[in-house]
Amino acid sequence: MSAAAVEAVDVSRSYQLDGVAVDALRGVSLRIDTGEYAAIVGPSGSGKSTLMHLLGCLDRPTSGTLGIGGRDVAAMSDVELAALRNSTIGFVFQSFQLLTRTSALDNVSLPLVYRGLRRAQRRARAADALDAVGLGHRLNHRPGQLSGGEQQRVAIARALVGEPALLLADEPTGNLDTRSGADVMAILGRLNEQRGVAVVVVTHDPDVAALAGRRIGMRDGLVESDSGATA
Amino acid sequence: MRSTEAFRVALDALRANGLRSLLTMLGVIIGVAAVVILVAIGSGAKQEVEQQVEGLGSNIIIVVPGKFEFGSAPSVSRLTLDDVDLLARVLGDRDRVAVSIASGETVRVGSRESFVTVNGVNESVPNVFNRPLARGDYITDTDVDTRRRVAVLGSTVVRNVFGDVDPLGRQVAIAGVRFRVIGVFSEVGSTFGVDRDAEVHIPVTAAQRLFGVDRIDALAVKAPTTDSVEDLQVELVAALQEKYDGEEFSAVTQTQILGTIGRILSLLTLVLAAIAAISLLVGGVGVSNIMLVSVRERTREIGLRKALGARQRDILLQFLIEAVLLCVVGGLIGIGLGVGTALLVDAVSPLPAVIAWWSPALAFAVSAAVGIFFGVAPARRAGRLDPVVALRTE
Repeated sequence: MSAAAVEAVDVSRSYQLDGVAVDALRGVSLRIDTGEYAAIVGPSGSGKSTLMHLLGCLDRPTSGTLGIGGRDVAAMSDVELAALRNSTIGFVFQSFQLLTRTSALDNVSLPLVYRGLRRAQRRARAADALDAVGLGHRLNHRPGQLSGGEQQRVAIARALVGEPALLLADEPTGNLDTRSGADVMAILGRLNEQRGVAVVVVTHDPDVAALAGRRIGMRDGLVESDSGATA
Repeated sequence: MRSTEAFRVALDALRANGLRSLLTMLGVIIGVAAVVILVAIGSGAKQEVEQQVEGLGSNIIIVVPGKFEFGSAPSVSRLTLDDVDLLARVLGDRDRVAVSIASGETVRVGSRESFVTVNGVNESVPNVFNRPLARGDYITDTDVDTRRRVAVLGSTVVRNVFGDVDPLGRQVAIAGVRFRVIGVFSEVGSTFGVDRDAEVHIPVTAAQRLFGVDRIDALAVKAPTTDSVEDLQVELVAALQEKYDGEEFSAVTQTQILGTIGRILSLLTLVLAAIAAISLLVGGVGVSNIMLVSVRERTREIGLRKALGARQRDILLQFLIEAVLLCVVGGLIGIGLGVGTALLVDAVSPLPAVIAWWSPALAFAVSAAVGIFFGVAPARRAGRLDPVVALRTE
């Protein structure tokens, strides 16, 4: 059995929305191993985005424990969480979230800015990452000059450049046509296989979910089904 | 994050909204320029006064009725020509006591006329004040005693009413009464844009009849030595108060008068600078406002940066540098504009303007401080954004 990249034990998360408490997660236990490829599926409002934010250390659980790389997130300060995100987690968003006035190269180097690397170093590593997603010829293009599929590949390169242990993708194909979507998923699959990065994809699309080795179904803030629970 | 990187990102953001950045800066530019210009004009006026103090003999004492104080109303004079003798007794020298009675009157020769200050004086004026003649003679004691209608003209008056004609021995009409020109003053130029050559001296006795009064406005005494000035001031006032029971008199030196003007000018400079500083404050509010807009616009960018590992501090720094950059660049442009305008004012207008080294330095420091002060609130707001909420923002 391999080590856990991230482990949630009885995690819940509730929000105050206009004074009303909303329970987005109601006690989820989940373990993602290093090198695993999992898909989280479920209808809107089932809590999959909340779960992804927690797994990505963008948020802290209301109760329960969440461990990343063996450390308890609840005990960590904002600064430590930021450092943890920077070093171990890569994000891919549905809407790409690229800086529009910035070249592909500088978009990809952004995580390294917060790691304190020098510009030349950042650019060299960013160029490698863009090469890995097949965009070695588009280094100085701005997002507006790239197709949707290419933009998402830039975003993947950005998630990859910091050499994370866990890559979280929130509806990565949601804004793409079928062919670009397939390209993007192929890249994610290759990264998982060749580099051993744990990939967690949140998706509506059964075809996308079918690519993952493990399928976690969510409903009403709980894990409803899990095809390959390792815990 | 390295600070050079934060600097680059801030500069990039400002360039992305070029016009908006420029308009925001304009508030700071105008504020800083206004401070620099007004302080320069105030300092210039003060320096001119100080230079005159240095150029003056410090042993001239002016005796006026009432209290000589900044803000007190001028008193009605009860001084008469007899007081010349009184002060002469105190001083021990009648040749060093000058009198003055002044009024604005029209001087006319044929169809040419000029509005001037007509000063009724006695023969001692050249002994007390430094007022050299270019041509002719000054008023004599006989002229005063016999109420002779003779006049000494300033160079501007000569130019205005005589043109190129030699004025000596010719007639001028002062307030409709004919006077003979016996002398012309050397040119002395202007002070604070007031032409000191637009002046006519006539015997004090003739002036009293012309103006229809028997008082005089003021007496001036030249102390024999600088050391005796202080004692004399006291003695002169005491002598007058003994004569006019219950009246107030003041004996002040020209240095004291100019000192008072200097204080007024300092106060004026301060008030002007304070008013200009308000516009700088308004400029700062503009910066704060535009930074809030900028933070709102870039909420998603902030969320993304945080997701990628930016700390609260990194985001705060990025926006703070942006605000400070707006103010500092605006401040530098404002200093350039202010210094340029002040030099122009000095060159082409009668207003003197002096750039004190501290005023651009202060303006720069204040604009940087304004940037920090007004940038902190929006920058903190940006730094504290919850990444989950920020990323979800449309």
